Amino acid sequence: MKSCSEIADRLMSLDQAVDQFIFDGCQLALGGFTVTRNPMAIVYAIIRKGVKDLHLVAHSNGQALDILVGAGCVKRLEIAYGGNGRYAPTCIRFGRAVEEGAIEFEDYSNYQMALRFLAGSLSIPFIPTKTGLGSDLMERDGFSPEVRREEKVASRKYARIDNPFSGEKDEVALLPALNPDVALVHAQYVGEDGTVRIKGLTFADLEQAKAADKVIVTCEEIVPRSFIRQDPDQNSLASFFVDAYVKVPYGAHPTACFNFYDYDPKHLNLYRGAAEDDSRFKDYLEQWVFGVSSHEAYLEKVGTEMLLKIKASPGVGYAPGLDRR
Amino acid sequence: MLNYSESEMMAIAAGRLIKDGDIVFAGTGVSILAATVAKRIYAPRAVVFFETGGIDPSLDEIPMTVADLRVMSGTALNSGLIEAFSTIAHRKLRTVAFLGAAQIDRYGNLNTTCIGDYHKPQKRFSGSGGGNDVASLASGVISFMQHEKRRFVEKLDYLTSVGWYRGGGSRRELGLKRGGALAVVTNLALLRFHDQTKEMYLAEYFPGVSPEQVRENTGFELDVSGAKEAVPPTAEELAILREEVDPQGLICQPPQ
Repeated sequence: MKSCSEIADRLMSLDQAVDQFIFDGCQLALGGFTVTRNPMAIVYAIIRKGVKDLHLVAHSNGQALDILVGAGCVKRLEIAYGGNGRYAPTCIRFGRAVEEGAIEFEDYSNYQMALRFLAGSLSIPFIPTKTGLGSDLMERDGFSPEVRREEKVASRKYARIDNPFSGEKDEVALLPALNPDVALVHAQYVGEDGTVRIKGLTFADLEQAKAADKVIVTCEEIVPRSFIRQDPDQNSLASFFVDAYVKVPYGAHPTACFNFYDYDPKHLNLYRGAAEDDSRFKDYLEQWVFGVSSHEAYLEKVGTEMLLKIKASPGVGYAPGLDRR
Repeated sequence: MLNYSESEMMAIAAGRLIKDGDIVFAGTGVSILAATVAKRIYAPRAVVFFETGGIDPSLDEIPMTVADLRVMSGTALNSGLIEAFSTIAHRKLRTVAFLGAAQIDRYGNLNTTCIGDYHKPQKRFSGSGGGNDVASLASGVISFMQHEKRRFVEKLDYLTSVGWYRGGGSRRELGLKRGGALAVVTNLALLRFHDQTKEMYLAEYFPGVSPEQVRENTGFELDVSGAKEAVPPTAEELAILREEVDPQGLICQPPQ
């Protein structure tokens, strides 16, 4: 495509992006929040490839985090929240992995994780906050001292300092910055010039992308340069931050993508049912991840009827009247 | 007498605590109903917003998570997490947050992390999410709880979000400049905190519930001496809740 020449060398397939940038043991930041804009298509590709020992760094990740944990791809997790709202108040495979001691984990809060990415994006080593004080987030360490000595793991969870400017006792918590190896973002639009546009809430996706060494953006649509340049105030991320682009319509399914489609309640309920039982979960992975060769095949399995049901209405950005039980 | 369910009473009792002009941080579940009921009846100038960054969404449909597309639809503006927390923490705003938890103690500290040993828990929950941040930064927190002895505990298995910490002035001594636990709304009662000691007490028991029953379901000593019966939901409150706020009954089911 001539018009895509500006990003031609970075435009690739899901498998190419995974092969080129995701490696065993890499520290990975997932975009999205609970059941919205999770980069599911590329996460399925990561699972299919059999990537191991991932170190996830997350605020409130839901579906993508849970399936990666359930599929055995995750060794280590720094997290604020593992839940899918009403569809799974606690992500089931995540909860079970912690209960069984199957993963190394460290708890932070949402704002703290967002700040850690912000610090990473600003190239500062740490950042202060007034949150966490007095709580067990600051009193209890998840990671062992051995883990704390490993690469890409901060030497301690928090530090504390009194306001150095007032000379008074006024404590703040200091959080270590994060610079993940790779950030995954699912966006609505990528311009032919490589500019990324996220519609709706951006969560911490932009801080994560700017903090990461490598950034993979999957998107619903690739749009003309003239379209993306006409309203630059709407744009989210400049082209030079991005290392790979993949066009994947419905790439966040079964999670939602503002203005494009709602979450798929039927699939989220199906997943929850499967996640509760080891053998049913294995079947789920077999059917929905390993058993499909591509995202197109996956969508065919979801079915046109459901894709039409969850299609967003342009006025409101979601699917009004969708049966969400 | 009107017929209503426990969750309807909870949503309305919590909604009545919102003051006009409050900036209300809503979670999911009953809290979003409480915030919406409040805005439609008692506090029309209250603004509902979400930790994910959506400010004043139209809420024509009930969101199922705080990242639901419905929290970013028809908003005044959408942003990211960091901007959202700059709203919660803002010194000029009275920000009131609704939080739920697995456990609460007498000072309104909350546990949303785990039951049992932290490293090998009997039950792991979602974790702090924005809970700790909101409890640290907002002007006040209203908690929703199921009123059970195992949830109202002497000592939390994990202190995720700070309320009044160890009571008295201890929250301020931590360096948390404002905020604290305002109230707890349960399926049995409305509880508040003493001005000086910051200990929880029974303020109102719901119609059909006795103060003794509240005490029996609380795992620590509870002052019930000043308690009175709560005003039951009015016809107007119930009509708005059932017909406008949650017509699909996604969160609150009317009584069978």
